[in-house]
Amino acid sequence: MKFYIPVAAFLLTSAIPALFAQAPALNGEPYIHDPSTVAFSDGKYFVFGTGGGGLISEDGWTWHSGAQRPGGGVAPDVIKIGDRYYMTYARGGGGLSGGHASNVYVMWTKSLDPASPEFKFNDETLVASSDGVEDCDAIDPSFLLDPTTGRLWLSYGTYFGYIRIVELDPKTGKRVAGNKPVDVAIDMEATDLVARDGWYYLLGTHGTCCDGANSTYNIRVGRSRNVLGPYMDHMGIPLLKGGGKLVVAASGRFVGPGHFGRLDLGDGVEKFSMHYEADLDRSGRSVLDIRPVLWKDGWPVGGDNFWGGDFEIQSERSGFALELAVDFVRLPGRGGFGAGGGRGRGTAVPGAGPPAGTPAAPSAPAVQAVQGQRLYDVLHGWPTGTIDLRIGDYMMRPHQKWTITPVPNAGGYPGSPYFKIQIAETDRTLAAAEGNEVVTVPTFTGAPEQLWRIDQLTDGAYRIIPKAVPNSADPVALSAVGASTPTLARFDPKSDKGRWTFRKP
Amino acid sequence: MAVYNAFAYSEVNMKRTLVLRALTAIWAAGNCLAQPGAAGPSANPSESRPRTLSPYFTPATSAPKQPDADGFIQRWLLLEPIDKPNRTNTVFTDTYVRNALNSQYFPNQFSLIPHNGDKVKVGEQELVWHALDSTGFNVKLFRFAYGLNKTTYGVIFWAVTVIDSPREIQNARMTVGVNGAAMWWLNGKEVVDLFGDRRMKMDDCVSKRLTLNKGRNVIRGAVINGPGLSDFCLRFIDENGAPIKDLSISLDPAAN
Repeated sequence: MKFYIPVAAFLLTSAIPALFAQAPALNGEPYIHDPSTVAFSDGKYFVFGTGGGGLISEDGWTWHSGAQRPGGGVAPDVIKIGDRYYMTYARGGGGLSGGHASNVYVMWTKSLDPASPEFKFNDETLVASSDGVEDCDAIDPSFLLDPTTGRLWLSYGTYFGYIRIVELDPKTGKRVAGNKPVDVAIDMEATDLVARDGWYYLLGTHGTCCDGANSTYNIRVGRSRNVLGPYMDHMGIPLLKGGGKLVVAASGRFVGPGHFGRLDLGDGVEKFSMHYEADLDRSGRSVLDIRPVLWKDGWPVGGDNFWGGDFEIQSERSGFALELAVDFVRLPGRGGFGAGGGRGRGTAVPGAGPPAGTPAAPSAPAVQAVQGQRLYDVLHGWPTGTIDLRIGDYMMRPHQKWTITPVPNAGGYPGSPYFKIQIAETDRTLAAAEGNEVVTVPTFTGAPEQLWRIDQLTDGAYRIIPKAVPNSADPVALSAVGASTPTLARFDPKSDKGRWTFRKP
Repeated sequence: MAVYNAFAYSEVNMKRTLVLRALTAIWAAGNCLAQPGAAGPSANPSESRPRTLSPYFTPATSAPKQPDADGFIQRWLLLEPIDKPNRTNTVFTDTYVRNALNSQYFPNQFSLIPHNGDKVKVGEQELVWHALDSTGFNVKLFRFAYGLNKTTYGVIFWAVTVIDSPREIQNARMTVGVNGAAMWWLNGKEVVDLFGDRRMKMDDCVSKRLTLNKGRNVIRGAVINGPGLSDFCLRFIDENGAPIKDLSISLDPAAN
């Protein structure tokens, strides 16, 4: 397995002292256009695209071609209901052969893995269509299984007229008898429906596609209390009048994000799949990516994958910083404050300044910068073996500064590789320890307990999970069991114990 | 707006690029016409139905018409499309659009207030003005051209309307959304430009503060589009951003 770091992304990471460097798109050969929602089957992740093929990944980070879908056509979507995976796609339309007559089909299989004996698509059925003249082009279908009602909806359409929604039978995938399409948006394509917290969200793509590095594709959203609309954006503009709040647009080396697909990983981690019309680090080809979804004021916002750097790791519970359990070494020099200083709570150097309120003496030394503490100022006092951790007041000291780096060829999870977390300028490495505890070890070996999964949560904070814990299969995350004490514990999305923030050190 | 860039191609871009090849073939045959379905299966029964402007337009009547509930102006004189072949919408830079829409296509282009049925000559084309009411908030130019069996892609549309304001309204603004690119004039002054390859969104581009005269005000616009749908929506908002609705639109020749 080759670890792929585009040259430009590597340069960005290494040369620009940014707090958050831009992560590359997915590893491997994630080349696809019009991707479906990511589906999980037979222990693997699957994504399907225009033309019949698709991608497979063992871990959600490294992707290869190999997924198969009959029917050809364009822009499929997939959803699992019970023991069936329903697949939808369109044939015709989209301007193919100059026309907009199109049919949307649904079929099902019990496995998405071509290697499985259960991989067999059945009962292909027509569920929506456009006649080529009407104000609709029936392509780009997408499912929503309403979590509150159990009803199955399908949105479809492109820039040629309206985006429409129809209802399907979740037991068969067929159109509900007598159901009529409802217009919900214009000038949009590649739509996707999401239900969350009593709202229905209609996400779709605006802008131009299929123009490589000049594509202006961007993902927009409107919301409604009713799955059939009306959908409005944050400015109150109906999506039927062209509205749409931005979710994600071009950035860094990625041009033209489109075809949103939600990936709810549970425990407050939501991600979305999409393609970029052009990845400038991959010859401008269209590639798949998976990124975090943040939710702000009831609206989805496209997050960025974490890619490491130098950080303070701040606990959301206490606001304190993760640090080595070593002696606190004081900075030398003057203390106090005010005109002459000298009124600290025992922090001032005795006799260093006049009483408070006394004007500065003409002979007082000039104001000058104080040298911060450096690693070699304190390293000699640290133990050489395993060192425990605690959470303390952040004081910009070497035992509180961490360097986080993606690890090649160590696998990953949806959207990212595993990371190593080390005290800056050293090889001292954060590691999960027996008994679901956490320590630092003097050297990084690449052992799974030294590899960390870092997922951004929907509120913008991060969850930090070891790839493995010695002699334990418990799913645990770095957690502040006390204000000043870290451990590994099951992540509770309702608590700040397992939430961490990366701050400029 | 889907933009079918004739120069973009990759295997994964099958969805939209196949249409490019179809469109390119049509153009290569020496004709900019690229009617939907023209290169597709001729067996589509919808294609054989008589084309009409319904349900997108109704003929304008002599009775004055108000803007709709959101202030959108729905009554317009529309000129049948002028051929302006463009194989892609990516050419619509500011300079290109300004040059294309400031070119002289017919006499008195920037002062004429036409009547329903008036004809103008543009090159070899004889084009007719149609006084119409849009049934939606937006004016679907593609449907106008399609319903009249005219060229739908690679065209310029001209639109004129006359609004009557019961009072002088200062600090008003004209707001426009357009699928395509466009320029708009109020009482002979250029007030809103929409350059680039745009999709229609209400209130997309907005004029600087302007004054609506008490009485008659003439709105004139031109929309250019290559492949894809084209339409526009236009309204006025007051200094607080609220739609101005106490306007009257009449295209009665006697009122002109």
